[in-house]
Amino acid sequence: MKLIIAIIQTHKLESVKRELEAVDVNLMTVTNVLGQGRQKGATEIYRGAKEAGGLLNKVRLDIAVNENFVEPAIKAIIKGAHTGKVGDGKIFIIDLLECVRISSAERGSVAIG
Amino acid sequence: MNTGDTAWVLTSTALVLLMTMPGLAFFYGGLVRRKNVLSILMQCFVILCVISLQWVLFGYSLAFGPDFHGIIGKLDWAGLRSVGSLPNTNYAATIPHSLFMIFQAMFAIITPALIIGAYAERVKFSAFLLFTLLWTTFVYDPLAHWVWGTGGWLKTIGALDFAGGIVVHVSSGISALVLALLLGKRIGYNHRPIRPHNLPFTVLGAALLWFGWFGFNAGSALAADGNAVNAFITTNTATAAAGLTWAMIEWWHNGTPSILGVATGVVAGLVAITPACGFVNPMNAIFIGMIVALICYMAVAVIKAKLGYDDSLDAFGVHGVGGTWGTIATGIFTEKAVNAAGANGLLFGNLHQFMIQGLLVLVTIPFAIIMTWIIFKIVDAVIGMRVEQNSEIVGLDLTQQSEAAYTVIE
Repeated sequence: MKLIIAIIQTHKLESVKRELEAVDVNLMTVTNVLGQGRQKGATEIYRGAKEAGGLLNKVRLDIAVNENFVEPAIKAIIKGAHTGKVGDGKIFIIDLLECVRISSAERGSVAIG
Repeated sequence: MNTGDTAWVLTSTALVLLMTMPGLAFFYGGLVRRKNVLSILMQCFVILCVISLQWVLFGYSLAFGPDFHGIIGKLDWAGLRSVGSLPNTNYAATIPHSLFMIFQAMFAIITPALIIGAYAERVKFSAFLLFTLLWTTFVYDPLAHWVWGTGGWLKTIGALDFAGGIVVHVSSGISALVLALLLGKRIGYNHRPIRPHNLPFTVLGAALLWFGWFGFNAGSALAADGNAVNAFITTNTATAAAGLTWAMIEWWHNGTPSILGVATGVVAGLVAITPACGFVNPMNAIFIGMIVALICYMAVAVIKAKLGYDDSLDAFGVHGVGGTWGTIATGIFTEKAVNAAGANGLLFGNLHQFMIQGLLVLVTIPFAIIMTWIIFKIVDAVIGMRVEQNSEIVGLDLTQQSEAAYTVIE
């Protein structure tokens, strides 16, 4: 079991979701996050007070999958989020120790999908 | 001079200002995505500033000044020369001429602001500014002269537009469609709705529009009299009918009625009754309101989706379509028993008035299309109307104004 964490551009959420659903990855948690990478944020100015290169709005996806879904999910995220410019985001993959479905108390691989 | 009339029109003037800011600003502001809400508020506020100045400098004179061959006002009244506290009997015999001027200023302000709904979320601030100034000067001012100015050619042939169905709503609504088509869709539009970021704002804005519209419509009687009261009642009645009808259509068509539906229906009702409010009786206002809900619903929920143009906040679907229906409906339902200064319509055996109202529509639509097309091409060539792709993605608040409406942390 792996946990896929993807940080993507906010306007790419719809297309990433569509691509993930196309490879049968239908469960995910989505959060609004702020981040900074190589892409510079826009300068904000309030009554003359400047903040250059502030943090950017991004969307974070948390997706728990069984091993055979890891590669298809990664490919789907790239396909949905790719523009080729800085700011497209990152995908992190980490080992998942356990997964519990609360409604049935099932554990492990069966509880993921 | 009549102090009662003066007090009412002064009050109405402030009510019509409220329609643009904050009414329309929050109605539209709630409908856009959170990254663009300040751009809408900014555009509305700046239109209020720019057109207030344009109007006193030369706009009022172009629209209402001494007639030049029925097509435009001469600049004799530029800078408010000859526009003083004595009444102008051609326009309003019982209030100061200067009050009539500032009341009309609020109409000139809200009209270009309505068009924002078509180009929301994707135009440069600089281009918006130039477009607004040119559009008001070359579309609104001449049209206001034709329909309302002494000697204006449409007024002379007997066209009826009590509070601006043609001058305000058809002109802005048709121009909105032209802009939506020329600008193209927002990135990611794909025939699927882009979700409103704050519907409570939109509902608040619609409610303020309803409230302010009493100044717009009942104030257009230019007196505190029975005609004003009738306009007030027909406005409220048609609006109520339209809001309820829209909710019923949704209930039947989608399975649930929605607050956005009621708010949209309310605005459509206000638009449709605008040209008719001082000429029709309250029972016929119910028909005007019910029918506008039906045809505007068709326009925004069915036709727009089929044709695929991105009239982002339905400026055409509500104001263009609703204003056209209201103008035609005036030709059907107007009656001299309500307003002796008006005319009888089709329902009272007068085909002639119905034909005049049709002509009003047939003249205004091509005029708005051609002029808006020309102005768009000029502004697009000089400045470029649309923001760069990346600016559109990041949002207009940050890229055009260097500020954000909402913080994520703190």
